[in-house]
Amino acid sequence: MGVVKIKKDFHEARWCEPIIYEMSTPGQRGILVPMPDDEVKEAAGDVLSAIPANLRRKELNLPEMDQKHVLQHYIRLTQETLGANLTNDISEGTCTMKYNPRVNEDLAANPNFAEVHPLQDEETVQGILEIHYKFEQIIKEISGLDRVTFQPGGGNHAVYTAASVVRAYWESKGELDKRDEVITTIFSHPCDAATPATAGFKIITLYPDKDGFPDIEALKAAVSERTAAIFMTNPEDIGLYNPRVDEFVKIVHSVGGLCFYDQANANAFLGVARAKEAGFDMCHFNVHKTFGTPHGSSGPANGAFCCKEEFAKFLPVPTVGFDGKKYFLDFNHPESFGKVRDFWGTAGVILRAYAWTMMLGAEGLRECADISVINNNYFEKKLLTIPGLSECFAGNGHRRQEQVRYSWEKLKEDTGVGTVEVANRAVDYGIPHYWFSHHPWEIPEPMTLEPCETYSKDDLDEYYEVLKQVSKEAYETPEIVINAPHKAAAHKRNDEAALDDPEKWATTWKAYVRKHGNK
Amino acid sequence: MSKPIVYPYIPNSVPEEKQKLLKEIGIDSVEDIFKEIPDHLRFKGKMNIPEPFLSEYELRRHVEGLLAKNKNCKDYINFLGAGTWQHYVPSVVDEIISRDEFLTAYVVGDAQGDHGKWQALFESASMIGEMVGMEAVNKPTYDWANAIAIACRMAARMTGRREIFVAGTISPGRLSVVKNYCKPEIKVELLKYDKETGLLDLTDLKARISSNTGAVYFENPSYLGFIETQGEEIAKIAHDNGAELIVGVDPSSLGILAAPADYGADLVVGDYQPLGLHMQWGGGLAGFVCSRDDKRYVAEYPGLLYGITTSVKEGEYCFGEVFFERTSYASREKGKDFIGTTTALWGIAAGVYMALMGPQGFRDLGEGIMQRVAYAKGLLAKIKGVKVDVIKSPVFKEFVVNFDDTGMTVGQINKALLDHKIFGGKDISQEFPEYGQSALYCITEVHTREDLKKLATALEQIVKGL
Repeated sequence: MGVVKIKKDFHEARWCEPIIYEMSTPGQRGILVPMPDDEVKEAAGDVLSAIPANLRRKELNLPEMDQKHVLQHYIRLTQETLGANLTNDISEGTCTMKYNPRVNEDLAANPNFAEVHPLQDEETVQGILEIHYKFEQIIKEISGLDRVTFQPGGGNHAVYTAASVVRAYWESKGELDKRDEVITTIFSHPCDAATPATAGFKIITLYPDKDGFPDIEALKAAVSERTAAIFMTNPEDIGLYNPRVDEFVKIVHSVGGLCFYDQANANAFLGVARAKEAGFDMCHFNVHKTFGTPHGSSGPANGAFCCKEEFAKFLPVPTVGFDGKKYFLDFNHPESFGKVRDFWGTAGVILRAYAWTMMLGAEGLRECADISVINNNYFEKKLLTIPGLSECFAGNGHRRQEQVRYSWEKLKEDTGVGTVEVANRAVDYGIPHYWFSHHPWEIPEPMTLEPCETYSKDDLDEYYEVLKQVSKEAYETPEIVINAPHKAAAHKRNDEAALDDPEKWATTWKAYVRKHGNK
Repeated sequence: MSKPIVYPYIPNSVPEEKQKLLKEIGIDSVEDIFKEIPDHLRFKGKMNIPEPFLSEYELRRHVEGLLAKNKNCKDYINFLGAGTWQHYVPSVVDEIISRDEFLTAYVVGDAQGDHGKWQALFESASMIGEMVGMEAVNKPTYDWANAIAIACRMAARMTGRREIFVAGTISPGRLSVVKNYCKPEIKVELLKYDKETGLLDLTDLKARISSNTGAVYFENPSYLGFIETQGEEIAKIAHDNGAELIVGVDPSSLGILAAPADYGADLVVGDYQPLGLHMQWGGGLAGFVCSRDDKRYVAEYPGLLYGITTSVKEGEYCFGEVFFERTSYASREKGKDFIGTTTALWGIAAGVYMALMGPQGFRDLGEGIMQRVAYAKGLLAKIKGVKVDVIKSPVFKEFVVNFDDTGMTVGQINKALLDHKIFGGKDISQEFPEYGQSALYCITEVHTREDLKKLATALEQIVKGL
């Protein structure tokens, strides 16, 4: 590739698009609907008269626009969005923003998938069933566990599925009233606390020791006959692999608790380390992250929930089975807790993920893992030379794996410019907003970056150059950074408090016009 | 040793590039990074997964070959609905959501760099809000079932009550999801309904509703296709008892049916799928939850709320998260339930669809569907042994067809219809045994007169044993 250049002249499209309601012209049509012919109409008669008067629609306030201007409006909005396929999106640490291959979009648009109804007779959906079944075999090998469901609609949803399985397990033993605590760690994703809480468990949170690993002594103090399960990630969001993870599992198992492994960020461990060897009972993968499917501006996604055979009876129904000749939907999970999603899951994500995996194979998956940690360690070394930047638990003697949680604490002390401002300024160089940290911010002024395998050396170098430039600006001309972004599709909000004020907030145009008037 | 593979998706798989990086790091091999993982936790050997199709062409052949084993609703005439419906998807919708900018963005980007994504989602929320008559709308949920569950949990928190009454005609699939979400503290109870009309049994509701009831939920049009005409009465009973009214709605009906808010709904839920989403074997679902723009409701939403505000530049809109503290992203287990990646792209698709359709499009859609349904019922009613007025209430796009007098099961009939390249309606004989051997048929704007005649002809032949 060419010489790395920082994109100093970058400017995102700024169309100043009105809200679509402001573009409406009465009478215009964006599309016409196929109407029944006269024979049908005559035979049907006045069908609307069957609806009682008080149930008939009186007015419907939708925009009225011709087709070209609808298309134009939305194309412009796309141009004001920094999707991962068009940017250097190392930014979204914990999100594994890898390249999403175009060929998989073609496959998902195939009428033999897109135009398939979920209730069609099984003999007419053997292809998509086979893809689900085969992808399950692949996920079993990657996790080392025995059974998989693809019903959850995302990572958090898969963790919620885990919480539901844990609840069903203790219910089946008649001990749910006693086993009411779930342990998690502060650097695990918020859903590892929030989903078991939604499922009715009390949450105990472990904090890190001096090296940044979850405090094993705190775990020993936390476990008891009340422990239903532990929900933990490894590496946690900060990129450190906990070498004693199997001891955590043993400690929880020693009191009878279950162990769930949140593998939302499994990319660096494909063919390297698995849930099985660490002793976990259950795990999950964010299929839309590790397996290369598009994030869709926040979904549709998929969470593959995996478990040991003894928990399979609790899985949501149906799973996909194979009798040696035919693939089928398997509703035979006698103690199933029910369903987490209507029908069978986000099948388009599984189709794409299967295709992605089948293009790489075992060696290619391992290459993803290798390159993602090599990229990260190269990137880390460069970034830590930037004035004002450090990383959490620096100098603990442990190499980071797939991502790093950095800190702009020193920059903030030196210049008053914090991580939010740096992220905004990076956008002026064409870099998508980066991820700080989940809340609470245990690490001051955090920045979490994940340079997975689809980023080139030039990408890594460009990103470094941008952060170095922003740091320099912070020291020399901080107001430029503080007032950023300057070249994005829109400027900074002028009233953050308005978003928390019931008198001012508006999640719809109608509410906005009512509260603020039509300009 | 064979030459290492250079993977098109992995730029640094070029051996020289990899070496450059390792050298810069100051290590010899990736094992110097993975040494952090103790040996006994390492996976040994090569994973046992199928050999890859390294070229895009071979991969495409392989996957298209698998998909060719499916039959689809373009080649067959489809009468299945029941939660995923076949409507026409305009080309503009597919174009917008297949563009890499929306397709591959995510949730992190703030509203300056990702301004367009925020605006599109805000506009979708604005339009579905108008459809249902509400001013507060959340980010799309996993699906309609998830939306009901969220609304039930919101209502339970708002009222401090732990019992939800649900119309007995609710979709069994959705009910299963709702029951699980409401565990362990919220009890979900089914209400009786009139078998002849499908309508909610108001006497049963009145007898059972109490100061423990957090919400009453019904669907309109119902899962069984009929229109629930007692919305105002149900709302009054719920409100008189201090409960919230949650209404589930198929938005494709809202060009001709009143907005649920107009007959008293406090929370409205439903699915975006009929608004421009391909069926995708059930993967096209995306739910919405809407309410009044009142802090009492807004404070209880678990999901993200995309709000409009202004920027430092005069006259420029900007967007941001409304009341973020309430979420689990902000407050972990102390937040409202949980959130995560759901179905934003489908929400955007539905927005494009609603903008294209406009009010007249939805009126035409609704009326045209009802005309086709009336026509089809007329044709089917003439077939000996086939009954179409099993539920004697006005219907929208789905209706129950009974085959008891044909001496055949729905399963047998649907198998036979496959030979005519027809997917018959959903067999509901297990879900609603009181209706005997019945199927739920769905007719939309995609059906021509010829399609409906083919169905009638095929059914006639099948029941006659031809």
